[in-house]
Amino acid sequence: MEEKVIICKDLTKRFGEFYAVNKISFEVNKGEIFGFLGANGAGKTTAMRILCGLSHPSSGEATVAGFNVYKQQESIKKNIGYMSQKFSLYENLTVLENIEFFGGVYGVPAAEIKKRTTQLLEQLGLTAEAKKFVGALPLGWKQKLAFSVAIFHRPKIVFLDEPTGGVDPVTRRQFWDMIYAAAAAGITIFVTTHYMDEAEYCNRVTIMVDGKVEALDTPANLKTQFSADNMDQVFYQLARRAQRSGD
Amino acid sequence: MKVLRYILRKEFRQIFRDKTILAMMFAMPTIQLIILPLAMNFDVKHVNLAVVDHDHSSYSQQLLTKIGASGYFRIVAATASFKEALTYIEKEKADLVLEIPPGFESNLVREGTQKLGVSVDAINGTKAAIGGSYLQAVILDFNKEIRINAGQTKPSGVIDLTYSNWFNPLAEYRFYVVPAVLVLLLTLIGGFMSALNIVREKEMGTIEQINVTPIRKWEFILGKLIPFWVVGIIVFTLGLLVAWGVYGIWPVGSFVTLYLLAAVYLVALLGFGLLVSTYTSNQLQAMFVAFFFVMIFMLMSGLFTAVESMPAWARVIANLTPVTHFIKVIRMIVLKGSGLMDVKWEFLYLVLFAMVLNGWAIVNYRKTT
Repeated sequence: MEEKVIICKDLTKRFGEFYAVNKISFEVNKGEIFGFLGANGAGKTTAMRILCGLSHPSSGEATVAGFNVYKQQESIKKNIGYMSQKFSLYENLTVLENIEFFGGVYGVPAAEIKKRTTQLLEQLGLTAEAKKFVGALPLGWKQKLAFSVAIFHRPKIVFLDEPTGGVDPVTRRQFWDMIYAAAAAGITIFVTTHYMDEAEYCNRVTIMVDGKVEALDTPANLKTQFSADNMDQVFYQLARRAQRSGD
Repeated sequence: MKVLRYILRKEFRQIFRDKTILAMMFAMPTIQLIILPLAMNFDVKHVNLAVVDHDHSSYSQQLLTKIGASGYFRIVAATASFKEALTYIEKEKADLVLEIPPGFESNLVREGTQKLGVSVDAINGTKAAIGGSYLQAVILDFNKEIRINAGQTKPSGVIDLTYSNWFNPLAEYRFYVVPAVLVLLLTLIGGFMSALNIVREKEMGTIEQINVTPIRKWEFILGKLIPFWVVGIIVFTLGLLVAWGVYGIWPVGSFVTLYLLAAVYLVALLGFGLLVSTYTSNQLQAMFVAFFFVMIFMLMSGLFTAVESMPAWARVIANLTPVTHFIKVIRMIVLKGSGLMDVKWEFLYLVLFAMVLNGWAIVNYRKTT
């Protein structure tokens, strides 16, 4: 049996009368690329924030990397990486300083930070830009750097919230190469996206509609199930049922 | 502890990279200390006086000379009638009118008594009240002299008061204001910089990235507190240097006591700033909330008015602000040379404020919402 790194059962987040996340249940296997799809306002980000220990659930159960989302948020945080929708490296720090800071707060030893940084900058081709302010980099590079920083401390799971929004197709392709490399290194990838071609890259995908999980399977099985040619059509069939308006 | 070091390195880099903040750090103490004490001068000088002398006697001349020589008055006009003198007040050219009636000298000599008329322009309250009482003092003094000159014995039972101003011998206002401006500097830095800094991280979204790391709450708060504390101490030191260079005010008390109090006060005020940042979500809100409180702090702290003369309810509020206690001690240490034992209650108050405000901020800062 495969090791489960995320287990979610009837997880719910309620704001007053509004169910942002309504009894969602799923399991994520170690090392898989798990796609989390849904229209704007479907509840993807809220669900992800609960799993990252940023938000308290209202009811239901969930464990991430073996830790409970109600009581052990700080233990979860040691074992995950997170890249939010909003770019959130420090723009007034240089590339090197950002890497050093985030490596340091995750407890990566100083010598190790140095070693990994050199490696990382070479891989990204950013060695010449190491001392530039992050704010001055083009968006594509920023996103690649943010992802690299999110997995710098070798977490068990990395959560990516729309990581390729606004990025050109070539960079997106490179970004997915990085995701594959990380998955090959044993990091579980939990990713939300709006690009259906990216959904095809995932091992399994869930599609959320109005706070509920409406579909969960491999892209191939989903296409068969909805007798569709591509993920775009699958998504369209499901998202059309939505009652909520997007934001 | 290692984590804290990384946080501090990042914070210091960000602060010292911001040229505006750096410039303000040096400009603020210098400019405020040069401008404010000069502007906030409650000493009343240059009271403009219009004189109506109906007597033209040697006594009336002596009185006017004495008034002119006191240094507080400027005789702007000598008119023939009271009505004419009053036009000077109407045109705001005179603050006071002194009317010496006909027969001033002869009545004084013959009857031993004479009434004088003083009219005051009460629009500028301070100037009028203080100017009026100065004039009264000069006239009383003149009165005493003429009695002696006329060979009259001093009536028995008259209490003769003499004043001496301790710790500020010339009762100069700058000695009173300069320490207060030092307090103002620390209050602004403590109250605003920390609040705005954290709220800025909220606006940029970087706080979310911090909240998803295993950084502990106290590490984050200390990481924000220490750099601004250092900035505050630098500004305070610069302020002391400017006070010495420009006004010749060198603290009479010990520097250890002074810095100890300033250090604790800064922690308290930074805690206030942190607290504001945990309740607000953008810089505009933080600015308004901090401004609201700092305004009350400053106006009720005894910076402008004496806390002792406030109504009882206002005194309660005044004592609930750390600024009040700090202004009091800093004046005591700088001007009077009070030691730590003399200010031990205020010191304890400040420690209490520091603990409550920071504790509250830590409790109210949530990594998980």
